[in-house]
Formats: sequence, C-alpha cells, structure tokens
Amino acid sequence: MAVAAVHAAGVRAEAAYNEDVVRLFTIATIFWGIVGFLVGVYIAFQLAYPVLNLGLEWTTFGRLRPIHTSAVIFAFGGNALLATSLYVVQRTCRTSLFGGPALASFLFWGYQLFIVLAATGYLLGVTQSREYAEPEWYVDIWITIVWVVYLVIFFGTLLRRKEPHIYVANWFYLAFIITIAILHIFNNLAVPVSWTGTKSYSLFAGVQDALVQWWYGHNAVGFFLTAGFLGMMYYFVPKQAERPIYSYRLSIVHFWALIFLYIWAGPHHLHYTALPDWAQVLGMTFSVMLWMPSWGGMINGLMTLSGAWDKLRWDPVLRFLVVSVAFYGMSTFEGPLMSIRQVNALSHYTDWTIGHVHSGALGWVAFVSFGALYYLVPRLWRAERLYSIRLVEWHFWISTLGVVLYITAMWVSGIMQGLMWRSYDSLGFLQYSFVETVAAMHPFYVIRAFGGVLFLLGALIMAYNLWRTMRREIREEELLPSQAGALRVTPAQ
Amino acid sequence: MIKRHEIVEKRAFLLAVLILITVSVGGIVEIVPLFTIESTIEPVKGVRPYSPLELAGRNVYIREGCYVCHSQMIRPFRDEVERYGPYSLAAESMYDHPFQWGSKRTGPDLARVGGKYSNEWHVAHLVDPQSVVPESVMPPYAFLLEKDLDYENIADHLRANRAVGVPYTEEMIANALEDLRVQADPEGDYEPLLSRYPKAAVGDFDGQPDRLTEMDALIAYLQILGRMVDFTDVRTEDIIQ
Repeated sequence: MAVAAVHAAGVRAEAAYNEDVVRLFTIATIFWGIVGFLVGVYIAFQLAYPVLNLGLEWTTFGRLRPIHTSAVIFAFGGNALLATSLYVVQRTCRTSLFGGPALASFLFWGYQLFIVLAATGYLLGVTQSREYAEPEWYVDIWITIVWVVYLVIFFGTLLRRKEPHIYVANWFYLAFIITIAILHIFNNLAVPVSWTGTKSYSLFAGVQDALVQWWYGHNAVGFFLTAGFLGMMYYFVPKQAERPIYSYRLSIVHFWALIFLYIWAGPHHLHYTALPDWAQVLGMTFSVMLWMPSWGGMINGLMTLSGAWDKLRWDPVLRFLVVSVAFYGMSTFEGPLMSIRQVNALSHYTDWTIGHVHSGALGWVAFVSFGALYYLVPRLWRAERLYSIRLVEWHFWISTLGVVLYITAMWVSGIMQGLMWRSYDSLGFLQYSFVETVAAMHPFYVIRAFGGVLFLLGALIMAYNLWRTMRREIREEELLPSQAGALRVTPAQ
Repeated sequence: MIKRHEIVEKRAFLLAVLILITVSVGGIVEIVPLFTIESTIEPVKGVRPYSPLELAGRNVYIREGCYVCHSQMIRPFRDEVERYGPYSLAAESMYDHPFQWGSKRTGPDLARVGGKYSNEWHVAHLVDPQSVVPESVMPPYAFLLEKDLDYENIADHLRANRAVGVPYTEEMIANALEDLRVQADPEGDYEPLLSRYPKAAVGDFDGQPDRLTEMDALIAYLQILGRMVDFTDVRTEDIIQ
C-alpha cells in the first residue's frame, strides 16, 4: 500500500478499492445462481413427474421448494446485490470500504454461512413456514448480525466519500439495506420453545400474522428484488451504454415514490381472505399506484440508451441489461393488474402468480445480474475483455427463450386452472373436480420445466465463459468490426 | 423542490432518516389497526387452542412444507364454498402461530378437510397419494409411519404458545403429555381430553396401535381442521369485520 501510494493517482485509487471481497461475492453469485436454477428445474420436473420426489423425506417438493426460492433470492440475488453494491459504492464515492478488509471478509463468510445454515435447515425440515422467511430463529439472529455489518460497511463508506453527492444507485442500495432490516426483524419476531432446540412460535397469529408476513413478503420483492436491483441498473446500464442517466429529475421522483408506495402493497396477497376489506382495498389501491414509479424507473433505464440504441445490435451485455429493464416494465404492469381484486379472484392460488414472479425473477433480476457479471468479471480480474462474446450471445438467446416458455406456460395453466375451478355445468354443478384441474396442468408443467432447463443451460454457458475470462483467456472467434474494439475493457479504471 | 434535493444527496444521515420515515408509513397505517380494531376477529364460538397431539401434527405439517401446495383459506365465492365449505373466518386461525393460509393451490384447500375422509383414507393417501388419486402430483409421506413422534417436551411447546398469546391453562400444560397419548388411544380415558379440547378426534390414526408416530399426529391435526366453529349457529351480523 505504501509503495502504491506514491504512484500515479489512477493507480492509487485502484489499489485503495477493496476488490477482493467483490471478487468473492461475484464467484458466490455464479455458484449459487447455478445451484438455485438447478433446484428450480428439479422441483419443476417433480410437479410434472411426482416419482421424482424419490420417496425420501429430504427430497420432497415441500422441503426443496424453499431451497429453490431462498437460493435464487438470497443466495444468487443476495450475493449479486452484495457484489455490485460494494463495487458501486467504492467507485461512486471514490473511497475504499469502511471497516477494512477484515470486516468485509466477515460479511462475505457470514453471509455464506447464513445460506448454508438456512438450506441445511430446510432439508431437515427446520422451517418457520413463512414464505421467503423460512429460516428459524437461530439463523434469523445470525443474519441480523451480518446485515448490520453490511449496513455499517455500506453507510460508513458513504460517510467517507470523496464526492460531494451520493450517487443515485446508492440511494437505492441504502433503501434496500435499511428496509430489509426492518422487514426481517418484525416478520421474524418469535418465541423459541427452548434455547437448544430449533423450533419457535411466531409472535403473531392468524390474520395479523398473515399481514405481517405479506408486508414482509411483498417488500422482499419490493426492496430486495426491486430497489436493490434498480441500484444495479443505475450504475451498470449507463456504464455499459456509456451514456448518462436519462433524467435526474425522474430518478428523484421515482425513488421516493417507489419506496413510499411499495410498503403498502402487501395486502394484495390476501384478497378475499379473512383480512378485513379496508386493508385489502388499501393494498390494491397502492399497488395500482405503484405502476407509475415502476415505469418511471423503467423509462429512466431504457431512455439512458438515447443516442446509443445501435449498441444493442452488437453488444450482448448491454442487451441483457436493456431486456432486463423491459421485463421489469412488463412485470410491474402485470403486478398492479393482478393486485386488482377482481383479477386476483381468478389469479390467486394459481400458476399465474408463479409465472408473474418468474417474469420478474428471471427476466428482470437474473438478466440485470448477468449483465452486471459480464461487466464486472473482466474488470475485476484485469482481463482484456470477456473470453467469448459469441457465448454471451448464446446465453442471451437461450435464456430468453427459456423465460418465454416458462412464463407463457404458467399464464396458460394459471388462467386455465382458475377458470376451471369456477366453471359450472348447465345443471348448476361444479364442472370439474379439483384433481381434473391438476391433470390439466401436466403439459404446461412439462413446458415450464423445459424452459427452466434452457435457463439453466444459459447460466452454465455464462459460468464457463466467466471462468475462462478470469483466467484472462480470449477465444478465437469472428466478431463484428464494432464488437472487436468496443467490447475491450480499458484496464485502468 | 427538485433543486433542493441536493441537500439530501449531500447528507448521508439525512438520506437514511428520510428513507426510514418514508418506508415506515405504509406498514404502520395498515398493520397497527389490525391489532386495535376489535371487529377484525369475529366473535364466533368454538375456536380453541390445538390439543397437544394436534399441535404436534401441525408442526409436522409445517416441517414438511404442506403450506407450499395447500391453502387453508376459503374465499367467499360460490365455487369455493361449494367445493370446500363455508368461507374461512379470521377467528378460525386466531391461535395459529404462524398462520397457514398458504398462497398456492397445487393441491386443494384444506381449511375444512377435517372429518371429510376417514383416518384409513388419510393413511393410504399420505403413504402413496397416487394409489387413491391417480392424477395427484403429491409426494409420498410413507416415512411418517416409521417415525415415532418426539413429544416428551410437548408441554414446553404449549408454554411457548402461551407466551405468544394462546390461552393454554395451567391444567392444559400439566396434562399435556397425558392428553397427547390418550388422543391416539381409543381404549384410554379420553373424556378429560375432550373436556379440555372439544371435538378433538380420538383414535389410533395410523393403524399401528402399538406406536405413536408422526402419522398419528398429522392426521389428528387434519381431522380438526375447519371443525371447531359450528356454522349452523353463526349469524351474519356476528361475522362482519
């Protein structure tokens, strides 16, 4: 460090950044992504072919499904957010991480321990049965500690920034970190049966418990999978497009509107349940309003390409980022639509919800993360450029096809099942027994699983490409003239 | 206004505090009244804490992730009421820590499954779902027959529930072990159990009289679902929230 300090300013700045921890989180993102997609594909096939439950208690759909959801949200998505937020906050504040390498290292290993503790618990049946908050009390306490360390590192870094302004990406990351802490703590209030056992009982019951859980659940979407990833969008889209953010004013309006409105949306998960009507109507109203700030963010992301649209033709990394924003726009239109009570009466309890979640999770969250990974890896490992641009193209088209198959299959099966449930014959009897609607799902479950296979295949191609990039190798391949030069990563940042 | 935003952008603490305030409003407005408005939970008769065996069975239900595919919340639609029974009331899950309303019906709703099928049917179905419902995609749970129920600390479970507000009495806690055993033993003296936990299903649920397994507990739980409230004497004006 002391030697580096006497060198040129650019080199000094670079040496000061803690990139070791970002590299670790980047590798973890790729690893857990593949684990999460693999489990997702497996449980998708279980629904089509129940024999795959294997008759073992550890491999039933009921135990594996939380592994899939937690692995993709918290392990893949979480590591992607940690990697990018720690990268972005250092660059945009022109300072190294607060707390030094030791604290950052604790954050990394502490977070991975949380993932392993949660996943092993699920396999053994240790669960609170709160969706996306399944880990029991001992894991909850551990992740609270780790999360506070994250907040301290991130916020401490903001405080020692060498830029007068806090960059917009960091507003989103900060809102994500703070809000997730609040949601996590209140949703997991519970009384353990004993200090040596794993089982606890939620502090809340019934209707109150349901609303607390979906206040958490919807804002895990709103803040973990949206605000955090919008932070990612606000850094990586302008960087890759080499254009400034379209509108500063729109950033401000959509940031405050988004974080204010999202928190209210939880009750739309409980339409026509025993939750009082006033709460349902409130949740629906705010969910519909949420459409506006969501599209504000989408417009700000897409319009950042003004004057650079031609890059979409030859830059597959930018294509990932831009298509992710398009998917964001689509699922944030679909969400408010489904939150309308009369629509929800049809969609609730069906696969339509699963399709909606995946158009957001695969199309938006995963695609923007893939774009960020393709941006980060050559820079973090000082490679001249990505190992192969052609493989990025393959990844893009294979996974896009996978997403399209997935969500269309779920739209059809969800709407069909909803209609079959409420269908009456000419004599006034229910037309279908429940199990007839289950049997009708089968072809769509097969198509969905196949879509998942394509998505997983794309991720494996990415992992291979990034691994070769980390080894600073370059594949001999024919590139378009514009690709060859422009996709080269400038070594000095 | 927009120009003044610079003030926030240059002060990290101010930004953090404003975020905290902004994200708190919605949650407070929606959640706090649920605890204070009395009509949120309808004053219907019959809802009682789970018997020790039902509670143990409920924990098996949670452990196996049944809520992933089965809801316990019947919505007030004609087709749901005809398919599953009277629509669910908030009161019916007032002792559910945590709630099991679910969010997906890969399988049917279970809010009122109690009493609809025999114990033998449940055993056959749980051991090999496709043997009774060929089109089913449910996993097999035959291993529940082989696992003895771990219930020595059941009184601690009742105490933990009491700590979060379930009205278990001293008597219930003192008799928890005995109540648990006797519910799975049709030969035993189960009258005290039924006085404490009316309508509890008593029987050798799993067809293995010499063993008390997780299958016994799970079926005891399934058989009480939706049966606590007698809907013949519920008046509409009682259940307006």
